[in-house]
Amino acid sequence: MLTDFDKRLLNRIQTHLPLATRPFAVLAEELGSDEATVLERIQALKDGGFIRRIGPFFDSAKMGYAGTLVALKVLPEAMADVATHINGYPGVTHNYEREGEFNLWFTLMAPNQAALEKILATVAALPGVSRLISLPATEKFKVSVQFTL
Amino acid sequence: MLDQLDKKIIAAMQDDFPLVPEPYQQIAAGLGISQDELLRRLASYVESGKIRKMGAVLRHREVGYAANALCAWIVPEEEIGRIGKLFAAEAAVTHCYSRIAPPDWPYNFYTMVHAHDREECNKIAARLSTLSGLQQYIMLYSTREWKKNSMQYFREGEETI
Repeated sequence: MLTDFDKRLLNRIQTHLPLATRPFAVLAEELGSDEATVLERIQALKDGGFIRRIGPFFDSAKMGYAGTLVALKVLPEAMADVATHINGYPGVTHNYEREGEFNLWFTLMAPNQAALEKILATVAALPGVSRLISLPATEKFKVSVQFTL
Repeated sequence: MLDQLDKKIIAAMQDDFPLVPEPYQQIAAGLGISQDELLRRLASYVESGKIRKMGAVLRHREVGYAANALCAWIVPEEEIGRIGKLFAAEAAVTHCYSRIAPPDWPYNFYTMVHAHDREECNKIAARLSTLSGLQQYIMLYSTREWKKNSMQYFREGEETI
């Protein structure tokens, strides 16, 4: 179970990892704790599977990357092979089966538009894929995931 | 533009963040640069928006948010700005994008909704519909997660499979 301190720490660390020589001491000060306790709890929350990653989150467009959301119609018997192929691309960060006529949805990033389109063409031609639509973003209004615990 | 050191720093910052008292010192040492140089460059990425945030990503299922729905909307072109601001202000909406839709797929606006269960997701979408006046939307519930991880920029061999 998460303690009240864990929740306060998780709420804070989701967006406020300090850029300082002793970042965990800064967090500790804000939370009325000490550096060793903060480090110990973050390690425990990571080990316990509550924290997936710590660090900076980069803006893909400002990194020069091209990106899109892709939806596929995939035959059920081909699903596992298609999903596994898609997972092999390093620029795929999310790949979900979903209910509806398009039953596989993934996000794709690539270092440039040409590389992105090459991957889309390859995926569209996979056995069992009857349709691919690419839905590139025109405007991002919110991309920051934050949960209040 | 990003120089070679920037790319090296960005790649290194995607490794496990060291849970030690002086993590930036450790990362800088691995890159062969001073901690001051690393902190200065990271601060400049935050300043220019290259870094959207410094922080932790939680596993949403483990912290109690078990249901996630991709909600796709049909929004008139001239309404996109207004709807974007309206939806982005909602705490339950974690991602909110307008997108180019192909001719036979009318949904041009997407919100990701996280909640404790499916019923709560449906209620949130219904509330967004009432709030915005948008009637046409579908809930795309996930049935299986095949992959979920963080993007790795400037890694070797990223163009190929």
